[in-house]
Amino acid sequence: MVVGIVIAAIVVVILIGLIVIYNGLIRLRNQMKNAWSQIDVQLKRRHDLIPNLVETVKGYASHERETLEAVTNARNQAQGAVGKGVGVQAQAEGALGGALSRLLAVAEAYPDLKANQNFLALQEELTSTENKIAFSRQFYNDAVLGYNNKTQMFPSNVIAGMFSFKEGEFFELEAPAEREVPKVSF
Amino acid sequence: MWEQIRSNRIKSIFLVAAMAGVLLVIGFFIGMAFFGNPLAGLIVALIIWGIMSLVAYFQGDNIFLSISKARKIERDDNPRLYNIVEEMKIASGLAHMPDIYIIDDPAMNAFATGRNPEKAAVAVTSGLLQKLNRDELQGVIGHEMAHINNRDVLLMTMCGVLLGAIVMISWYVTHMLFWGGMSGRRGSGGGGGQAQIILLLVGIVLMILAPILAQLIYFAISRKREYLADASSAQYTRYPEGLASALEKLGGSTAQLQTANKALAPMYITNPFRKKGMAASDLSSTHPPISERVRILRSMGGASFADYNNAYASVHQSGGSAIPASALAGTGAIGLRAASSEGAVGNPGKLERTREVSDLMWRKNNYKTINCGCGTKLRVPPNVKKFTIKCPHCGTTHTV
Repeated sequence: MVVGIVIAAIVVVILIGLIVIYNGLIRLRNQMKNAWSQIDVQLKRRHDLIPNLVETVKGYASHERETLEAVTNARNQAQGAVGKGVGVQAQAEGALGGALSRLLAVAEAYPDLKANQNFLALQEELTSTENKIAFSRQFYNDAVLGYNNKTQMFPSNVIAGMFSFKEGEFFELEAPAEREVPKVSF
Repeated sequence: MWEQIRSNRIKSIFLVAAMAGVLLVIGFFIGMAFFGNPLAGLIVALIIWGIMSLVAYFQGDNIFLSISKARKIERDDNPRLYNIVEEMKIASGLAHMPDIYIIDDPAMNAFATGRNPEKAAVAVTSGLLQKLNRDELQGVIGHEMAHINNRDVLLMTMCGVLLGAIVMISWYVTHMLFWGGMSGRRGSGGGGGQAQIILLLVGIVLMILAPILAQLIYFAISRKREYLADASSAQYTRYPEGLASALEKLGGSTAQLQTANKALAPMYITNPFRKKGMAASDLSSTHPPISERVRILRSMGGASFADYNNAYASVHQSGGSAIPASALAGTGAIGLRAASSEGAVGNPGKLERTREVSDLMWRKNNYKTINCGCGTKLRVPPNVKKFTIKCPHCGTTHTV
């Protein structure tokens, strides 16, 4: 009788532990997914802004065709990479970021363009979108780290293995050559 | 981040309980002194506190915003401010975009309000918007978002209410005791006189000490929150220098906020009260000294809580810790980012900012703006009935 109760109590405690750990994993995974959707929103915003930007710049600096084309191509590639996995997308976005910053650096040389209200508004949007991408990336990576820690550490790793919680992938834009901000000299 | 919110909650409950204890002691005494029954006093104190809390909970943000004369702005009113708030919303992982308010006041200050993150609002003064560059504004907004995210707003509101109730009750009771004790009680005389006088003295001492004690607890809570919000802002922005230089500008400014209220002082990013004409730097008690906050932020080697804590310990030679230990565990190293350049696109310089903000304030006051061909901007007050107006520079006549 007593032995039975003790065994039952142990089973219940283990069960509760399992449920708590399982729920914790689910919570972290949802948090990570939610953070990813934040990045997605900002990337989409970036893709939407670029055609507008390219058109505006074209009006003032039409002979910077190479730079403009590079941006358009990079944007199309980035758009094509949507949904193909974190790594592929990160690479395409990294390239786009590089092309964009080159374009903005070029724009510095055109005072008329810099004074254009439309361009200024676009610039504010773009600057902020770049920031938002960076911040949502930062939040996503923190979420991935938290989740991955849980899936690797004992005892939650046992449960993660049982219910096949896969590790999250970091969103890294560190393609060093691409990320480097070009220096402008006058 | 979540651990930190949880540990905050426990610590807050403890401190609020301490303040509530003070209130109950007062109630107990009132009951003994006036009703002859401690329980009645307790009930009176609890009812006063309860009503004030309910009002503050449901209407606190509206009251606060309206006595500050804050006006809500939309995205198009100032895209830069809106974007910065949205950036910080993303960095802090909040689910809801807070409302943004602006206060037409040349003093530099900001606060966050709202009982939960879903119903939050941030308010900044026009002076702040005008004098801070993008990085600095980001730091300040990050600090306010941290208050929202760490659930500081509700805690500080509730503590403020408790403090208010204690101060109010003890003020009335002191006066009643003093005058009532002098005139009314003396007549009753007789054997109870000795005990009456002792009770009276204890009461007066208690009524003087209670508000001070409550205030000390309040300030203790509020200061801890400021450190934590600074640390969170650095973590969100990855750029502590932004907040540091913003605080420096705030500390150096001598303009005083017109609409500030004593009870609400801890809600602002820096204490809005100081002697007229003096700098805000180190006179505050609801906030840690600005110079110290700046020094801590400037000596951070990275952007994580651990970096802030180390900086805190090195600024206070005695060591110590500003961040709950549970929030420090399990965070990796976080690097800093580089400054964005002022005057560059998306980061207007001082002149453009001043124009932008004054345009905004004119618009918010329902003034019409006419751009004359000669480059002059004509502001037409909302109550003007005249249909034509002459530009003072070039003489062109415009129709309103």
